[in-house]
Amino acid sequence: MSNALFTYTLRLADDLLVLSHRLSEWCGHGPVLEEDIALTNRALDHLGEARNLLQYAGQVEGQGRSDDDLAFLRNERQYRNVKLVEQPNGDYAHTIARNFLFDAYHLPLMHALLKSKDDQLVAIAGKAVKEATYHLRHSSEWMVRFGDGTDESHQRAQTALDDLWTFTGELFVEDDVQKELEKAGIAPASGPIKAAFDSTVNEVLKEATLKRPEDGFMAEGGRDGRHTEHLGYILAEMQYLQRAYPGAEW
Amino acid sequence: MTEVKDLEALFQAKIDAEQKIEPKDWMPEKYRKNLVRQVSQHAHSEVVGMLPEGNWITRAPNLRRKAILLAKVQDEAGHGLYLYSACETLGVTRESTIDDLLSGKAKYSSIFNYPTLTWADIGAIGWLVDGAAIMNQVMLTRTSYGPYARAMVRICKEESFHQRQGYEIIAVLSKGTPEQKDMAQDALNRWWWPSLMMFGPHDGESAHTAESMKWKIKRESNDELRQKFIDRTVQQAEVIGLKVPDPDLKWNEERGHYDHGEIDWKEFWNVVEGNGPCNHERMKARIAAHENGRWVREAAVAYASKKARKKQAA
Ligand SMILES: [Fe+2]
Ligand SMILES: [Fe+2]
Ligand SMILES: [Fe+2]
Repeated sequence: MSNALFTYTLRLADDLLVLSHRLSEWCGHGPVLEEDIALTNRALDHLGEARNLLQYAGQVEGQGRSDDDLAFLRNERQYRNVKLVEQPNGDYAHTIARNFLFDAYHLPLMHALLKSKDDQLVAIAGKAVKEATYHLRHSSEWMVRFGDGTDESHQRAQTALDDLWTFTGELFVEDDVQKELEKAGIAPASGPIKAAFDSTVNEVLKEATLKRPEDGFMAEGGRDGRHTEHLGYILAEMQYLQRAYPGAEW
Repeated sequence: MTEVKDLEALFQAKIDAEQKIEPKDWMPEKYRKNLVRQVSQHAHSEVVGMLPEGNWITRAPNLRRKAILLAKVQDEAGHGLYLYSACETLGVTRESTIDDLLSGKAKYSSIFNYPTLTWADIGAIGWLVDGAAIMNQVMLTRTSYGPYARAMVRICKEESFHQRQGYEIIAVLSKGTPEQKDMAQDALNRWWWPSLMMFGPHDGESAHTAESMKWKIKRESNDELRQKFIDRTVQQAEVIGLKVPDPDLKWNEERGHYDHGEIDWKEFWNVVEGNGPCNHERMKARIAAHENGRWVREAAVAYASKKARKKQAA
């Protein structure tokens, strides 16, 4: 059980850490100063959430690993995030669509975790719910602006959705870790989260006059540490100083 | 003619009496222009300044440092916003102000044309660059133009946190491994002189000083502020065992200040004129952000007007 809980907590943490990394790449390059601030703010939110989760994962594991150890000294195959969050920023439509698809999953997940039997996860989700609510509002508003804005923005938003849709299946994966924790009342069932995701996506895309992509081939593997090639570069960058100067204090 | 003279006298009397000038007050055109130049330059500096520091966010050495750096760079974006707003009270739109930056007509602080080569540079920027900026900005909380002074009060609160976190980075490195200490010393070596240049030319050679002082836009001269900065920073360097790279630096008992060597003004003007190590990259990055963001801004405008029309029709 503690093994499954460790993995599950890492999954929650790594989604946020990797997404935070991607969003922080925008810092100083946003399309307008207010969005630069919004994305940086969001990167900061996710970083804080990831730290709480990594600290807890370290406790669950019981090997004395800190949040920094888990962030900077695990390799590509040990990261447990979904492939969606490691996808490159692309244009602003890709970044917003990636945020939106993640948010439509993450907010109901945080809500459901409030009823978990694991007190730590309840506490962590309690802090994250408010932020996740705001994030979903921000990304939904931009999806609508893009979809119902200009021809160009509509086209870009549709392309982004079409490109990223294949990565949404993995958000609801039902594997042994998930099943074991579901049975223990720690992890919420995927079914209701998926239903909430569907209704958010349908509602927002309708208002945005965008088309929901067909469910075709769905990419998987991230939850088991089989990632896209992008993750290796993210970690090479993120972990550079810790790897180059082992044991140094910063 | 007499009328304008009367207005000018009134205006100067107000300044002499330490009253703030507000957007609706009459002001000489030269005062307004001088302020637009200074405030917009300051706004651009905040925004361009995000680039050298942003360069290390994805490579910050631990999660705590990463969070602090993200928060700091986000603050700088916020400073940019306040200052663009202060500019708008002087009758220039943010759009036209930004256009002036991108066309090369407006300047920003030359310090941001230096590269951040190692993690220690993030420490050096906070310690020295924000440290130098604070000297200037504390003075500007008492500047004569109300909106600028008020923006500075908000900004200064955050700047002292910026300075402290930078000094802390450098202090930790200087107590670290030999490699880390070298990294810290190397950063000080590279950032010291450019930081001194941030205060601008000597008082005798500064084009705007006399007028700015009369109008209390500035209240202390470039050389006075620079001296304050040197006196404070040299002591901070001593505390952590780093050496300021100036062989002529020594305490002058009589003056009660440090004497220092001459700044390389050729380098200063060279960078101002566009030939610093990163002038080209910085402008390219700002232009790219602006160009790539155009369709985003257009979409927001198109959507807002569609929505307004629908509301009207309903
Ligand atoms: Fe600054
Ligand atoms: Fe600032
Ligand atoms: Fe600052």
